[in-house]
Amino acid sequence: MTNQAESTNFVPTLKAEIAGGIMPLTPGQLVWRRFRKHRMALVGAIGIIAIVVFIIAGSIIVPEDAANQGDLRNRMIGPTAAHIFGTDSTGRDVFNRIIYGGQISLIIGVLAVLLEVSIGTIVGGTAAFYGGWVDAVLMRFTEAMLSIPSLFLLIVLAKFLGHDIPTIKILGRSFSGSVGIVIIVIGLTAWMYLARIVRSTMLSLREMDYISAAKSLGASDVRIFFSHLVPNTLGIIVVSSTLGLASAILTEAYVSFLGLGVQPPTATWGNMMEQAQSFMSQGAWWLWVFPSLFIVLVILSVNLMGDGLRDAFDPHSTRHM
Amino acid sequence: MWTYISRRLIQALFILLIITGVCFLLTHFSADPMSQYANKQGMTAADRAAIAHSLGLDQPLPVQYVKWLWLALHGNLGDSFFSRQPVLTLIEQRLPLTVILMSTSEVFIIIISLILGTVSAVKQYSALDNIITSFSFIGYSMPIFFIAFGLMQIFAVQFKAWGLPYLPTGADIWDPKNIGALARHMVLPVTCLVIIQVAGYSRFLRSSILEVLSLDYIRTARAKGLSARTMLFKHALRNATLPFITIIGLDIPFLLGGALVTESIFAWPGMGRLFWEYAQRGDFPVVNGVLLLTGSAVVFFTIIVDVLYTFVDPRIRLS
Repeated sequence: MTNQAESTNFVPTLKAEIAGGIMPLTPGQLVWRRFRKHRMALVGAIGIIAIVVFIIAGSIIVPEDAANQGDLRNRMIGPTAAHIFGTDSTGRDVFNRIIYGGQISLIIGVLAVLLEVSIGTIVGGTAAFYGGWVDAVLMRFTEAMLSIPSLFLLIVLAKFLGHDIPTIKILGRSFSGSVGIVIIVIGLTAWMYLARIVRSTMLSLREMDYISAAKSLGASDVRIFFSHLVPNTLGIIVVSSTLGLASAILTEAYVSFLGLGVQPPTATWGNMMEQAQSFMSQGAWWLWVFPSLFIVLVILSVNLMGDGLRDAFDPHSTRHM
Repeated sequence: MWTYISRRLIQALFILLIITGVCFLLTHFSADPMSQYANKQGMTAADRAAIAHSLGLDQPLPVQYVKWLWLALHGNLGDSFFSRQPVLTLIEQRLPLTVILMSTSEVFIIIISLILGTVSAVKQYSALDNIITSFSFIGYSMPIFFIAFGLMQIFAVQFKAWGLPYLPTGADIWDPKNIGALARHMVLPVTCLVIIQVAGYSRFLRSSILEVLSLDYIRTARAKGLSARTMLFKHALRNATLPFITIIGLDIPFLLGGALVTESIFAWPGMGRLFWEYAQRGDFPVVNGVLLLTGSAVVFFTIIVDVLYTFVDPRIRLS
């Protein structure tokens, strides 16, 4: 909340308005109202919820062994009643692998975005806050990282981190340590755009009248940073992290497709595609069609939601009201 | 203007220093090029030390970096560890094929995006616009291997099974100097790249045309009785394509790096595959050479685009 001394003067008028039946909306309510009116964004949100429910419910019904252990007598069968998405070259059920692969792909996406947002906000915020040579150095570093084609940087970094990989046990399930490496690699190669956006937003906010007002009231730099600059940049951070989630899931698919990502038997949608590639010419279409469809569905939903959020957070947007 | 350009050039050198430094550090610790000699028969520890010495691997890292940088400034990117060919020769072999692939795709990408973007902006919210927008949204959300596999399944696998003339998947051996073979092998990768890029570009163009169409000077043009066609082509498109030209200009240097995934799916012998093949084996001279080349292209192209932009758009003043 704002400074007590600042806000006391406004309280009587606000109370009068509420008494008169005009309820002022909080910024959060405004955003929600605009988002709700955005039909495609709601479709996206429903798509995401549906996939998350599918993955969680699926893993309750289907045991993990059914996804990772194959039945060698039933290799390379196309979709049938018993295996609705068919089986792969070691007789593993593609449908079950999509459930467990989806968990890993989505977890990687979410954690990579969290890492990316933290790095981007810290770098961008520090550059904007300190200015001068700190800003110059950080922004040149950001530009340097942006000048390397992202997949090249990703490969170099994945090779750098992927020496010897331990297996991690969480919640009684064991994950290949490569999951952690993929998260770090994606997070470390995707923060640059966000850092730039955060920096430029904060720089333009700093010139606003209400910041000078806060300064003349004697607010400290730290206070201005945390109670004015950060909350006002939050909308942009939320929007770009939503869109970042789509590209993180896509990047995981690319990295695993190249064989640098999560190692089998742990399934991800990306490494299922890698295995499918070798059986392409044999016409085993079910190996790549189903994982790809799920990738497209998730990314489409996330992008639609991101677009809706962008319009919802934009105070100038009145299109959907 | 000149002070601006010289300041940008100095910044560019600084950026290149960071790029090469980071890449050198990462590649150095990412793989051990000596591992291929570890189990060779009849090779003693002394032999291995001699090889490491001849490759310059026994020196401290900063020394290796400075030496590499000094040679690079003189146009020598060193030799590949494995094939022992100069890195520049390897790049010279692959670069033309990437340029052919990418420039063909780019021509189609620009033409198709311009048409789709303009049509869907002018006919906003019509059935046609909804179809184009939906397709571009789906295309934008697709991993390129989905499109690649789909096209391969139909035009290579199924067409062959049906006895129709089919397109090659890239698994066969072919000579890049044979124009016919080159063209046939190019169809599928170019189609993939075009679909993916058009999806993003046409959406971008649509929104920038819509933005321009809502401006006051367009209303003025309409009010003074200009035909819809004149207004669109002489007034609106000229301004709306400015940001489009900028993003294409900024994307072009990245094309030199090739399309790694597309090139590896279709076995296209371009820069992306060169990088991928040598990165897998830990051949850092090649990896660092490719990174330096694409990095410099990106850095200097950005400056050129920024400067050229002031000539196209007189509202912008550089400082």
